[in-house]
Amino acid sequence: MAAHRGGSGGEGWFPALAVGVTLLKLLLIPTYHSTDFEVHRNWLAITHSLPVSQWYYEATSQWTLDYPPFFAWFEYVLSHVAKYFDREMLVIQNLDYSNDKTVLFQRLSVIFTDVLFIYAAHECCKCVNRKQSGKDILESPPFVIAVLLLWNFGLLIVDHIHFQYNGFLFGLMLLSIARLFQKRHLEGAFLFAVLLHFKHIYLYVAPAYGVFLLRSYCFTANNPDGSVRWRSFSFLRFAALGLIVSLVSALSLGPFIAWGQLPQVVSRLFPFKRGLCHAYWAPNFWAVYNALDKALAIIGLKYRFLEPTRMSKASMTGGLVQEFQHTVLPSVTPLATLICTAVSILPSVFCLWFKPQGPRGFLQCLVLCSLSSFMFGWHVHEKAILLAILPLSLLSVERSRDASIYLILSTTGHLSLFPLLFTAPELPIKILLMLLFTVYSFSSLKAIFRKEGPLLNWLETIYLTGLIPLEIFCEIVFPFTPWMLKFPFLPLLLTSVYCALGIMYSWLKLYISVFTGPPAIRQKEE
Amino acid sequence: MEKWSLMAIAALLGLTIRWTVSLGSYSGAGKPPLYGDYEAQRHWQEVTYNLPVKQWYFNTSDNNLQYWGLDYPPLTAYHSLLCAYVAKLINPSWIALHTSRGHESQPHKLFMRATVLVADLLIYIPAVILYCCYLRETSTKKKIATALCILLYPGLILIDYGHFQYNSVSLGFALWGVLCLSCDLNLLGSVAFCLAINYKQMELYHSLPFFCYLLGKCFKKGLMGKGLLLLIKLGSIVVVSFAVCWLPFCSEVEQILQVLRRLFPVDRGLFEDKVANIWCTLSVLIKIKTVLSSQTQFKLSFALTFLSLLPCCIKLTLQPSLKGFKYALVSCALSFFLFSFQVHEKSILLVSIPVCLVINEIPFMSTWFLLVSTFSMLPLLLKDGLLLSYIVTTLAFFTVCIASFSIFEKTSEDDLQLKTFSSSLRRYIPWFRTFPNLMKSAFLVSITLMGILTLMSATLDPPKKLPDLFPLAVSAVSCLHFLFFLLYFNVITIWELRDSRNQKKSN
Repeated sequence: MAAHRGGSGGEGWFPALAVGVTLLKLLLIPTYHSTDFEVHRNWLAITHSLPVSQWYYEATSQWTLDYPPFFAWFEYVLSHVAKYFDREMLVIQNLDYSNDKTVLFQRLSVIFTDVLFIYAAHECCKCVNRKQSGKDILESPPFVIAVLLLWNFGLLIVDHIHFQYNGFLFGLMLLSIARLFQKRHLEGAFLFAVLLHFKHIYLYVAPAYGVFLLRSYCFTANNPDGSVRWRSFSFLRFAALGLIVSLVSALSLGPFIAWGQLPQVVSRLFPFKRGLCHAYWAPNFWAVYNALDKALAIIGLKYRFLEPTRMSKASMTGGLVQEFQHTVLPSVTPLATLICTAVSILPSVFCLWFKPQGPRGFLQCLVLCSLSSFMFGWHVHEKAILLAILPLSLLSVERSRDASIYLILSTTGHLSLFPLLFTAPELPIKILLMLLFTVYSFSSLKAIFRKEGPLLNWLETIYLTGLIPLEIFCEIVFPFTPWMLKFPFLPLLLTSVYCALGIMYSWLKLYISVFTGPPAIRQKEE
Repeated sequence: MEKWSLMAIAALLGLTIRWTVSLGSYSGAGKPPLYGDYEAQRHWQEVTYNLPVKQWYFNTSDNNLQYWGLDYPPLTAYHSLLCAYVAKLINPSWIALHTSRGHESQPHKLFMRATVLVADLLIYIPAVILYCCYLRETSTKKKIATALCILLYPGLILIDYGHFQYNSVSLGFALWGVLCLSCDLNLLGSVAFCLAINYKQMELYHSLPFFCYLLGKCFKKGLMGKGLLLLIKLGSIVVVSFAVCWLPFCSEVEQILQVLRRLFPVDRGLFEDKVANIWCTLSVLIKIKTVLSSQTQFKLSFALTFLSLLPCCIKLTLQPSLKGFKYALVSCALSFFLFSFQVHEKSILLVSIPVCLVINEIPFMSTWFLLVSTFSMLPLLLKDGLLLSYIVTTLAFFTVCIASFSIFEKTSEDDLQLKTFSSSLRRYIPWFRTFPNLMKSAFLVSITLMGILTLMSATLDPPKKLPDLFPLAVSAVSCLHFLFFLLYFNVITIWELRDSRNQKKSN
């Protein structure tokens, strides 16, 4: 938000916003970085020093290459720049290697690749409805979207403190969304196919892409009642889409298929050996499920419904170990989560098929897909919530209902990222950045929908206000209490369960709004 | 958007930048045996906590004044004592007498940085925000833009959160003084300014404008009636606040004298290190320190300072106005910085903060000055390993200034507040014009030069014969800028007052 008080109108504010956030990212270079830093250093080393055929077999470090080939090639390209900074970081045996130059290079690589994200944000700003833009530049939708995307709290701390390369990946996604908005469908499909081969977590939103392209691109016309006109199917368009997707896939996976390495690559990409939940429970349905299980177990023990001997020890230290054994409720298998995810995604996809609302409907479906898979997926990371928050930012400036969902989702989702940064020097940074983003998103969206009354009802307000005492308790009060030694996982558990409630609520609310909401925007367009 | 949320965003941005800078290095990190200002502040905590007040400023077996002896006024000492009590709660070994010398650790760094942030949050930042809220004849947006620019001024951030000092306390108190005076709370303002002087003696740079402005106000009210009463009130409140600050030292005259000797170390020479003032720059050509005796040096610098101060002080006393007061703060502090005895490079902050106060009136010149002032501390910042923070915060500040004031369009005669000056000059030299484009290109040349010098000092090794080549070049370039700014601000101060008189006539 630096420098956004441009007195001059026009597009002058966008570069200022982008430069401002880039400078902030540069200032974050000396901050704490997680093991992901070593993960990416190791991948640099692997791709630099080994032939392609061994990339997915190398296992010197425990952080083996588990992203699709394009990302490996990306690391390969980076490694050729890295050698001018420090050659030692490109040696596979140098585990946990880190020095100032390595840090500088890795951080700068994230900052530079974010240029793609900035460009995508710029394209997205063009897609929003400009009718509402009033006299005040600070309250115009493109400006608000630019800030919500560029200054997104989650992206800043995950990429530039915790260390990951989500910026340019989200850039690809937003750019493909923008292309779909601009009716450049093939380009959008191409970008998304490329994105999938960079990081396969985006498979979660693939149903939305598939159905949208099929329904609104391959079928060129609708019946008057809005249902699909089967005769209008354009085989040419379908073939073009298919060709693009298969060409991109061939480029990425082709060599590995030729060498017969596909099973190995797939086993690296989808490690089902990990537990249901990450070490820190992502705030999803399973966090609530686990907590419920634990609560039932404790109540059961107290009132003698359960026999202590039958309970395994691991369940009592839950939150610290990855494998979580349920004591009362049935244990969850990967297949069960897969079915739950699929079932929760289906309605939104049906909605996209039977009630097409143009790119906006697609965007809603995309957010629902990512939220549903976040809710029910296997071994979900808390960072995956960004997959829902960022696309939802685009919707938030158009309708007050979406704005209120966005506020709840982004606030709880961002707060649930707090445990990623647990070191003391970063505590002020995360609090300040969070406040910065929250104050801005609340006041700007409130200003846009000034005429439509309050965005949040009393229950939502109470819930969101509750996050403040929760955070104060977890970060400041708890370390001084005697519980610190006995239940070290308590803050994490509280945070994830409390945030899970908010995220589940906004998921339901978004579903309801998609099904009940009239296609208001479409009418406006016509 | 509402005003409060925009202001909150400005403040939060300022705080975020402050804290991220504080993650970097500090002065003297890992450089025994003397370390740097960080160790000085820690040492003062150790001394004030463990020794009785009477020994703080004296050389004793427990207090070696050669090793970072306390040389700031009592309020700094009390502040150190307060911090020491907190440190004692967290980890007593941080302030243990003798054994803690040179203590460095991550938790301790975090603690020290937090003390700076707390002091800043309590004193400086509220003063800036209130000052901008009470700006007259400015739109809400301009007020917030001003606050953002002031809060992002890189010089202060880099010195306080990078190098490590507590300038925001003394400057904050001075700002409270200005704020109170602009709200016509003369007594409160004097108290705030007394606190500032008692925190850092360098605040004396600002004392003359305060004095002249208040005296002028008394004159205005009539020297016999209300004016005399105000003068007596002001005088007594200043004496009382000084007495309160110095209370523990008032028991013996020798105590007071010793503190004063520590505060004004006249025997330390005309200048130290590389300062962007006239003496250091001149010594490139003439070795002043060796040519003149130290007595002559002292007299010469005193005379020059006094002469350069005189015009704007007289003007301010005769026609006290709030606007004139702010400009006088700038030009007096700048005169002190350029000509006075024993100046540190960090003292430029005393000029910068008043310049920040007028950034909404003369955005172009203020931005320029503030950039130069940060640049003038480059050698120091390089020594502390703050190059990246320096570049980033400077660019951020520059971006904010361009975006919020569109400074490049503010180079006309009117925007530079030179209208009255040039029209009166035109009476004698009819062809005289100020050239907006000339100013713009001068500015561009100047920032390019600063950029090149920054790059060179950061990347090149100086030739063996001239090891101080780059620091000296930085000082000389900044000094030339400062001389130009001194002229400019004096012109504004003097002609601004004439302007206000003209307005009254026309009314």
